[in-house]
Order: sequence, then C-alpha cells, then structure tokens
Amino acid sequence: MDRCARRCRSPLGQAARSIYQLVAGSLSPDSVEDEFELCTVCHRPEGLEQLQEQTKFTRKELQVLYRGFKNECPSGMVNEENFKQIYSQFFPQGDSSTYATFLFNAFDTNHDGCVSFEDFVAGLSVILRGTIDDRLNWAFNLYDLNKDGCITKEEMLDIMKSIYDMMGKYTYPALREEAPREHVESFFQKMDRNKDGVVTIEEFIESCQKDENIMRSMQLFDNVI
Amino acid sequence: MAAGVAAWLPFARAAAIGWMPVANCPMPLAPTDKNKRQDELIILNVSGRRFQTWRTTLERYPDTLLGSTEKEFFFNEDTKEYFFDRDPEVFRCVLNFYRTGKLHYPRYECISAYDDELAFYGILPEIIGDCCYEEYKDRKRENAERLMDDNDSENNQESMPSLSFRQTMWRAFENPHTSTLALVFYYVTGFFIAVSVITNVVETVPCGTVPGSKELPCGERYSVAFFCLDTACVMIFTVEYLLRLFAAPSRYRFIRSVMSIIDVVAIMPYYIGLVMTNNEDVSGAFVTLRVFRVFRIFKFSRHSQGLRILGYTLKSCASELGFLLFSLTMAIIIFATVMFYAEKGSSASKFTSIPASFWYTIVTMTTLGYGDMVPTIAGKIFGSICSLSGVLVIALPVPVIVSNFSRIYHQNQRADKRRAQKKARLARIRVAKTGSSNAYLHSKRNGLLNEALELTGTPEEEHMGKTTSLIESQHHHLLHCLEKTTGLSYLVDDPLLSVRTSIIKNHEFIDEQMFEQNCMESSMQNYPSTRSPSLSSHPGLTTTCCSRRSKKTTHLPNSNLPATRLRSMQELSTIHIQGSEQPSLTTSRSSLNLKADDGLRPNCKTSQITTAIISIPTPPALTPEGESRPPPASPGPNTNIPSIASNVVKVSAL
Repeated sequence: MDRCARRCRSPLGQAARSIYQLVAGSLSPDSVEDEFELCTVCHRPEGLEQLQEQTKFTRKELQVLYRGFKNECPSGMVNEENFKQIYSQFFPQGDSSTYATFLFNAFDTNHDGCVSFEDFVAGLSVILRGTIDDRLNWAFNLYDLNKDGCITKEEMLDIMKSIYDMMGKYTYPALREEAPREHVESFFQKMDRNKDGVVTIEEFIESCQKDENIMRSMQLFDNVI
Repeated sequence: MAAGVAAWLPFARAAAIGWMPVANCPMPLAPTDKNKRQDELIILNVSGRRFQTWRTTLERYPDTLLGSTEKEFFFNEDTKEYFFDRDPEVFRCVLNFYRTGKLHYPRYECISAYDDELAFYGILPEIIGDCCYEEYKDRKRENAERLMDDNDSENNQESMPSLSFRQTMWRAFENPHTSTLALVFYYVTGFFIAVSVITNVVETVPCGTVPGSKELPCGERYSVAFFCLDTACVMIFTVEYLLRLFAAPSRYRFIRSVMSIIDVVAIMPYYIGLVMTNNEDVSGAFVTLRVFRVFRIFKFSRHSQGLRILGYTLKSCASELGFLLFSLTMAIIIFATVMFYAEKGSSASKFTSIPASFWYTIVTMTTLGYGDMVPTIAGKIFGSICSLSGVLVIALPVPVIVSNFSRIYHQNQRADKRRAQKKARLARIRVAKTGSSNAYLHSKRNGLLNEALELTGTPEEEHMGKTTSLIESQHHHLLHCLEKTTGLSYLVDDPLLSVRTSIIKNHEFIDEQMFEQNCMESSMQNYPSTRSPSLSSHPGLTTTCCSRRSKKTTHLPNSNLPATRLRSMQELSTIHIQGSEQPSLTTSRSSLNLKADDGLRPNCKTSQITTAIISIPTPPALTPEGESRPPPASPGPNTNIPSIASNVVKVSAL
C-alpha cells in the first residue's frame, strides 16, 4: 500500500491538475522555457592560416587537434559542464570537477562561459610550445583565481584542495585534512620572497626559475603532441 | 579511460601544468612516442567496398580487432589495404561506432548475423546505445526463446536417461504431457478438486425435511457420505502435496511458493477439524475454518494457464486498481458527508451517521439502488448528483483499466528491462572506471614485479606486463604525475602481488635483521647491473621521488607475512626519508657520500610523503607518522636500518 500510495500520488496530482485545467479552461501545453544555451549556435573557428599565425602549431597538428575537439563538441564550443565531464574521464577515481573549473576559467580568456577552438588552441600553444616563461605565466594565471595579479593563500588553498580531490579516497597514505594546507604553507615559504602573504608574478617566476625540479618538469610538455 | 576522449589526452596532459609549480618532487619521465607516425588514412576493404578512416579513429578502442594489432593479420601487402571478408552492411555500423562512439543496431539486420559480426570485430554488444538497445534486447530474447522452444520440443521427444527418480517425478508434476502416468495423475487430481468444490457447495443446499424437524441442509442429513467424500479428497490432496514436496528440487523454495501455500490452506481445515472435539466454544471458530475449504478452487490454477495469467496481471495491475479504489473511497466519503448533513434536519431519517450513509452512497454510486435508504428533498438533489457522478467515476476507469491490463503488462516488462539495463549500464561504467584505474595500478604492479624479478635475478618470466598502447602509457604517466604532485599514491591491494613475491623470495623471515642484511647486500650487488636496464625499460616507473640521483632502493615488495613482520617488510620495500633529519638513504651507494642533506628538504617537507605500494591493506597505525627518533651516528647501512626502521615512513621507488 505504501508503494501504491506513492504511485497514486502522481497520477492524482496529474488528475487534479488536469481537472483544474479543464475547469479553468486553460488546456495550454506546458510551457517549458528552454534554457538559453550560450553555445547552441554552431561556432566555426577561424581559418587554418590565421590559427597557424596565432599559435605555434603546425598545420597538421592543428588539424589533428580540431578533429578531436569537434568530435567531442560538435557545436564548436565547450561549456563548463562538458569540460568538466571530459576532464573527469581521465581521473576516474577522484573528483576533478573543481580543478576542471579552474582550468576552464584559465582557458576561457574572454570570460564568456564558453571555450571555443581558438581559446583552446591558444592555451595549448602556450603550454606546449611556449617558452618556459610563457608557461610559468600561464600557470600563474591559472592559480590567480580572481585575476588580480597576485596569488593569496586562500586561492592557493582552493587550488591545492582541488588537486588533492582528484586523487580520490583510496590513496596511501590516506589523505589528511591538513595536507593541502601544509602543502600551501610550503609553497608560500618557497615562493613568497618578501613574506607579504601573497605571491606576485615576479616572485613566482623568480622562484620557479631557481627551482630545478620545476624547470625540468616544465620541459615535460615539449613532447606532448 | 573512455576511448572517445583519447583525442583530448594531450589537453589533459597539458593541463597538468597546474601541478608542476606546487609539486615538491620531480615528475616522472614521459613515455616517448617511439614511432611517431603522422596521422594517416587507412583503407578498409570489406568484401569489395572500401572504407577509409584515420588511423587514430580506429585506435580509440584498442581492445577491439580494428583498434589493436590484430588487424595486421588482414593487411594485404599488394594493395596496401586491410581486407575483411565480411558483410559490408554491418561493417558500416561497426565503423560508425569508432567514429561516433555509439553503436547502433539496424532494424533490418538479422540478430544472429549482427551478433556474429560484433563478435568477430571484438565489440561487446552491451555498448549499443540507448536508442537501439531495447530493440536489440527484444529481438535477442525472441530469438533465444525460439531456439529454446525448438530445443524443448526436441528434448521432449527423446528420453532422458540420466534423470533420477526424483527429477522424473518433478518433471511429471510440472509437465503432465511428458508421460501417461503424469497425465492420469493430472486428470485425477483435477477431478477430485472439482468433486471437492461441488461437495462444499451442495453441502449447504436444503435437502428436504426429515419428519419431525426443520429443513436440514444436505450436509447434515447425509453427513456420513459427505464426510467420506471429504476425507477421500483430502487424502488425495495430502498425498499429492507430499509427493510434490518430495520431488521438489528446492524444498524450501517450494514451501514458500504460492501454490503450496494454497494446498496447505486447502487441507488444513480438515485436519484441524479432526483434531478438535465437538466443543461448543470452538465450534464457531471451526465453522469459520471451513470457509477456507473454498481455496481448493484455486488449485485449479495449476491446471489452467489462463488463471495464472489473470492472477499475474491483477498483481501487476494492482496500482491502477488501488487508485480506483482510492478515488472511489474519496468520492464515497465526500458524498456520505454531504448526504448526512443534508438529511440531518429531517426526522426519522435512516442517515443516522456518516458511516451509515456510506452504504447509501455505495449503493447509489454503483447504480444498484436497493431503496432501503431513501433521502428527502434536500437529500434527493445531492443523491442525484451522487448517482450521476457514480456513473462517471466507475464507468470511466473500467475501460481504462481493461486497456491498462495489456499496456501495463508490457510496460512492466519494459520497466524491469530498463531497470536491469540501467543497472547493467552503471555496472559497465563502473567496470570501465575501475578498469582504467586498475589498468594504471596493474601497470604499476607490473613495473614493481619486473623490478623485483630483476633484483633477485631469477630467470622467471620477465615479460610480466602486457605491452600497453601509447595512449595508455601516456594516461598512466599523467596519473603518476598527479601522485607525485600530491605525494599520495593510489592503493594497490592485490593479493596476487604478495603471492608472487613470496614465491620469489623463499625466506623464512625469522630474523628481521638478517633478512634486511640479505636484502641490502643483494640489492647492493645488483645495483650496477640492474639499475640501468630497468631505468630505460620503465621510464615512467623508476625515478624515485625525492632523491637527487634517481637511484634505488631496496625494492622488495611486500609479501604475505604475519602482521608482526609486516612492518619490517613495509619498511624494507621503501627508501626511508626522514622529514627533518638524517639522510640515510642508506640503501643506496650514493648515500654513503651523502651528508646531512638539507637540499632534500625543499623537495619533501613532510615525512609523510610516501608512494609505498602495500599489498595488504595495513592498518595505518603500523606506520606512525611524523615522529622520528634521532638517528644513530654511524652511517653504516646495515645498522642504521634497524634503529630507524621502526618509526619512519618509507618511500618506495616506483
């Protein structure tokens, strides 16, 4: 009877609604407002030649990139949900949505809520083909959530937590609550030269250039494509 | 990893730039693309029809025929194309699967031909998209049933030699057509059910008067005869029930089934009546029990398929019936209340209370109209509304329910199917997820085992891991970078690992120190010879965290030891790093040159950074974190370890 009651309620609701509509004389169809999709319009990127000029990819690389891009996003634009979903497929064990949001904001340079192919390829060009300084700049831009030119501890903590989130629950050693915070502290100790609690772009680049590990890992990106 | 997004892997790897500045440890080396081919068009010739696609499109699904190296078997050197001697129509669907990631089932195709093609190309039918999955499953089920029916009719003709007596009996009970004896039994029981039911009915008919008393029902007049009949029927039913109970393959399930409950309920009153005496008090209850004898009529459902279907559809239609009942109840209560208050004023009205008006409302709404309760003028108005609405309320749902029977029957089937499909889909997704994470852990484990093998120098099979595709190795490298950044590692809890390693090392771990020494020595000896090959062969797996020279470690994976030894094993399997103090990377030669190295510190601030692979989920309490005892002065490798062994968390080289 319980199950019946539950299932009875919805036909009852519908019956009541339709009776009301009959009486009130308004048998209009449900007006569902379509959400205004920013990216329903199919977007075509600029021509290959222009992209070749703007980025440092070769023609073939651009072709390969575009084919992959268009396959996942036939409309030509990625919105945040799509972006998160694509990125989460690489990290099945953890929750990558926060980091994906930060990435999305970093790629979406004109802040219109969509990443077009030009944005996508511009970002990739910096990361994969740019100089070390360009890459560090890009990374700084990623960390600087409110784009005010300096990284505060709170911003860094958010980023750190999102990275740790991607690992998921089943790790060894088990993730402790303070691990991100401690990591942020160590980061600031390394980067924040004048100890003013924020890291500016100059401090960031300077500290990174002094760190061999970071320099070496930045070179990893040379062979990604 | 979902193959469809393999094209976005470069993006995901590029996005890892965000981890680099915050990582405290150096990243592992990236897998290199050994034969860096430009993306090329390949031609697939299927029975003369040529399809062309990019090579990377096919490589999206590396576990199918077209995505793996298996297609090389079909490569035709002369024409430089891949030739498949299969159906080109179905191949169109298969190739579209690679292109779009969705597999469709064309309706005009024969289901078994389609299945064969999918099996050939190594594609699981579960991947079929939602749009076509229902159709596919329906057709498949029909086909299976048809095949099964054919098989059954074949089987029925042949004799089954190897059934036991019990199984034969059960078969005879379930399918009366299998043997003559079963048929006879079937008809006899049917006859006796009918006799029993008719007896029950006739028992109550008045049979004429015995002179000197009032009219008696037949049951009391010919009580002996009826009693004999009843006994006979009950005996037959009891024997039948016991035989079924004996023959049932699962007695417990049989007892719980509806039919056996009906059997029991049908024969119990007789036995209870036998047991009880003619006591005045209980005879009233006894009479009630005789009502249950009417349940014998339900025993007919074993004999009639139609009854069973009706019962099932009523059961599945229960919600609609419940709704009808509920709405009727609502209407009854409303009108009864109205009638009661309308009739309240008039004197000598039969509508004494609202429940008393219920009867009037029901009789009026179902258009029976007995006339035992008649309202006055005010009540007549409402009474007429009541009867009109009764017509509507009852007449409307009935055809709907009737048509609902067939619709709900099919719909329930489809709802169950959808639920099962959804479960299957979720299970598939989970499997894919764990598959991808397992693939990563698997490759880690393989890397570990390979090193263990190299260390001990046993000539066992060294080809532990299967060759992973480039995309997989790049994905694993990405996950590995994440581990390095955060200093955590994905858990590998794989008993297989521990078993293998215990095979490799047949030590009796009596003496912890002895063992450690052995390990140190063997690892030291092997150091020059084994390190470089392993470095090159597993580029992503051997750079150690937090050591300037990416050197080694006593790399002994854990084995299945009792807990007391377990801790030492954990420690042995890792380099230990001390958070704030001392350096002894005692297990590496380079450590002998290493002084108290503050340089280590910026890389690994916390002493909890480990990337240990533990094969048994060890209680974390075994590895106390954070505290460290002051190390002894001597830098000798062997003596250092026992003292520091107990408290420092070690880091393993992957």
